[in-house]
Amino acid sequence: MITEILKGMFTTFKHLLQPPVTIQYPEVKRPVRYRFKGRHELKRYDNGLEKCIGCALCAAACPADAIFVEAAENTDDERYSPGERYARVYEINMLRCIFCGFCEDACPTEAIVLEDNYELSFYDRASAIYTKEMLLVPVPPGGQPTPQKVEPGKYDRAIPEMEDPK
Amino acid sequence: MSDLVTVTIDGVEVTVPQGTLVVDAAKMIDNDIPVFCYHPKLKPVGMCRMCLVEIGVPMRDRATGEVLRNEDGSVRLNFGRGLQTACTVVVSDGMVVRTATQPVKDAREAVIEFLLTSHPLDCPICDKGGECPLQNLTMRYGRGESRFDFSNKILLDKHVPLGELIYLDRQRCIQCARCIRFQDEVVDDPVIDFHNRGRRLEIVTLSEPGFDSYWSGNTTDICPVGALTTADFRFGARPWELTSVASVCTHCPVGCNTTLDTRREAIAGGRSVIKRVMPRQNEWVNEIWICDKGRFVHHYADAPTRLKQPLVRKNGQLVEASWDEALDLVAGKLQQHKTAVAGLAGDRLSNEDLYLFQKLFREGLGSNNIDLANRRLAGGDVVAQVGLASGSNLKELGAGDAVLVVATDLHEEAPVWWLRVKQAAERGAVVVVANLRPTRLDKFATHRLHYAPGEALSTIRQLVNLAKVEMETADSDPLAAAADALIKAKNMVVFYGSEGLTYEETDALARLLANLLLVKNGEGHVGRPNNGLIPVWPHSNTQGAWDMGVHPAFAPGYKPVSEPGLRATDIYAGVADGSLKALFVIGADPVGDGLMADRGQLDFLVVQELFMTKTAELADVVLPAQSWAEREGTFTTGERRVQRYYMAIPPIGDSRPDWQILAQINERVGLGKPAFAASLVFNEIAKVVPQYKGMDYRSLARVEKQWPDVGGEDLYYGGTAHENRSGLGQQWACVAESATVERFDVAEQPVIARDGLQLVRVAALYTSGTLIEQSPVLHHRMARPTIQLAHADATALGLADDDRAEVTVNSVTYETAVRVNEQVPAGLVLLSGVPYIAGLTTAQIRKLETAVAQPTGD
Repeated sequence: MITEILKGMFTTFKHLLQPPVTIQYPEVKRPVRYRFKGRHELKRYDNGLEKCIGCALCAAACPADAIFVEAAENTDDERYSPGERYARVYEINMLRCIFCGFCEDACPTEAIVLEDNYELSFYDRASAIYTKEMLLVPVPPGGQPTPQKVEPGKYDRAIPEMEDPK
Repeated sequence: MSDLVTVTIDGVEVTVPQGTLVVDAAKMIDNDIPVFCYHPKLKPVGMCRMCLVEIGVPMRDRATGEVLRNEDGSVRLNFGRGLQTACTVVVSDGMVVRTATQPVKDAREAVIEFLLTSHPLDCPICDKGGECPLQNLTMRYGRGESRFDFSNKILLDKHVPLGELIYLDRQRCIQCARCIRFQDEVVDDPVIDFHNRGRRLEIVTLSEPGFDSYWSGNTTDICPVGALTTADFRFGARPWELTSVASVCTHCPVGCNTTLDTRREAIAGGRSVIKRVMPRQNEWVNEIWICDKGRFVHHYADAPTRLKQPLVRKNGQLVEASWDEALDLVAGKLQQHKTAVAGLAGDRLSNEDLYLFQKLFREGLGSNNIDLANRRLAGGDVVAQVGLASGSNLKELGAGDAVLVVATDLHEEAPVWWLRVKQAAERGAVVVVANLRPTRLDKFATHRLHYAPGEALSTIRQLVNLAKVEMETADSDPLAAAADALIKAKNMVVFYGSEGLTYEETDALARLLANLLLVKNGEGHVGRPNNGLIPVWPHSNTQGAWDMGVHPAFAPGYKPVSEPGLRATDIYAGVADGSLKALFVIGADPVGDGLMADRGQLDFLVVQELFMTKTAELADVVLPAQSWAEREGTFTTGERRVQRYYMAIPPIGDSRPDWQILAQINERVGLGKPAFAASLVFNEIAKVVPQYKGMDYRSLARVEKQWPDVGGEDLYYGGTAHENRSGLGQQWACVAESATVERFDVAEQPVIARDGLQLVRVAALYTSGTLIEQSPVLHHRMARPTIQLAHADATALGLADDDRAEVTVNSVTYETAVRVNEQVPAGLVLLSGVPYIAGLTTAQIRKLETAVAQPTGD
């Protein structure tokens, strides 16, 4: 019996000498894995135009019915995204979202991406609804905020050139 | 049975009438031959080549005509050298069709591949995406990949407004010409057409304003791609997000079946709103078409100006009150003034509302002072006797039948009836039009009777008398010829309206026309399907108002009352002279319509409305009602078809359905516990009104399979009109169907000598009103006040085309545009775009010497 106790204590003392594995969250944050699915972001093109064209395919794909999209028409004087259609309203209810990433798969323009942010907490249900302003990434350097006034006929293609699958 | 032929399609035998197209025969046995350009309601053109199939016909010996047989005894078939289009080939006996062979599959793949060479792949942003025949058929029959280079696609304009209502995307158009053919063949408005050739082929509008047709919205339903979209729904929602609720159009007596497609909307604060109105198939009523008014005038249901809370006048101000307070006050005041009380109803209310309204007055208050606020057309009692018989379908009228249209412009007042009469004429029916002036139906009429002002009744009387006389030879007198054509017809349908007639004259007119239908007694033109009288009522449920007894002299079911109450005109007089103390106005605006000057000597005025109308502004209590989209109910069409509509959107504010408000007032005046559902009120109607016996909400919701197939899986075939899953309605039987009806006595009206220019108010579909004003999309199309007159009359008044004039009728002055129109008979001025004016009037017309005022699009 003594040997068993000593064996156990040896294991305990062995771990005492090893460096700690605990990470001091929130002061220290562990990097997430490559395929981690955190809070969504709505991406922009380099010139600042929104990638989202308001097609609502993400909402259609969403198994939790967490996404609400309402579209409107672009004009060259007030352009939000390439093509004719943009998302006037884009809302995700983070309480409903199950972070499955189907919206990413459905998106024809790679506008919605589940990024690294996992720090989602709310005091009430209403603040769990993320609006388009909260989801849109900042305008990249050199880009213009939307809506933009653009030269007519330049951005008439909603879905960019995609390479054929090899 | 020589008119039936048997064909074999993919091994399945089907027997169809001669003249059926292969594609339709296949559809009847659920063999879907894909099509783009073919539509079952249009003539075939064979443009898209999508329906290519192998068609074999039995070979015959040239000398004897005998069918040749193979050695094994089977019939030798000649499949020709290539594939044939199933949409242009008519079936013949013994024909064998193969739709699933390799050449057919290859042909379909090739056609889709070619179509996609110039079609943009922007399905994610296309309004048709999700209900698109091209998308669906590509998924079903396409190759999955293209051998063409996408960068070679021709880029055309994607944003071409064809007028304010319809937008064209030239890149998406696959040039099937369904829209062009619909406008030309079906509705005779050839205002769009192809321009250029080959790859430059594009659709252009030929009219000013663009796409000037009351039917334009239907082209978006039958467009097999997203090339045509409505301004109203453009980018509004994806089709799969919509919740569809069956409804009935509320704007004219046709009662088109519609579907309200609703969706939650962020701007509306998360409320469900109507995103679009789509036709719902009912081959007895509107087939699969609706007019643009029905399609676009739905915005009033969501208008921000809707009344949301009961209002009670305190210290001269209308202030918000609770329902209990308002209802107690209404019930108390109505009872207090029991002896001097009257009720005026609008004829857009449902049967349930109108029934409870008359019940409040007849049973609760013991008064027969109840009438429609806008009485225009009489003859409901005549229609109950000799109306269009049950089991009728205007689609069945054709060669050998006759349609008489009197004193109405169907194209403006009831467009779908115009369409159906026009189509009857094209099938060979004799159409006789009798009116003061030419209307759009004249083009399709066999006999056009243009009577002089004031001679409507004498002309029709003469027509009836001529119809009684058997004629041996063709008469050169147009009236006699028309009478002869009418009376010799197998079936006769008579439409009548109130253009240029007073209420009393329309009553005589209805009786005269009933006598015309009764001329051939015995096997006459009454009581048999496709025979009878159809009144072109001013609103959607005027028929229901007659049936429900909203009439001073008739209780529900046309039972005469012993002491008739005051008519609307007497009620207005009573309000002014103080003999009436309390007035209940429901769903009407007599002050705004110029029928009532002010609240006169009334002690108490209660108005039940959707909006703060001019009458409501004067009221002591205003009760907010729900619009038709927020509640259930039934309407009865001019063909006496009782149809059900359903709740589509949540109620606005604290409004309640009209029937519920009335039931709660009825409870307070001692008529027992209120019914808690519209269906229960309808059950009571079915007990009280003999004509509605046996009907209930379940029987009204009955459906049956209709041809052609539309909606759902059959988008590619019939377009996006909705399949009818919620009820075809029921037509109630008129007296003539079960008993003999005696001819009506009609007193000879004295012909009044008329001097000078006679003014007649003519209808325009988009005439300004409380409801239509709420649809901004139609503002450009609204009929502005306009007078039309003949050249000589215009010259006499010093007027020319495009002048502005000031027209004073019945002491109301309108500033109008002037159109010189040689079609207008001399001595007549047509005034349109203004509220209703009964009968013929004289008017002071003065030229306005202002700078040329262009009608601006405000």
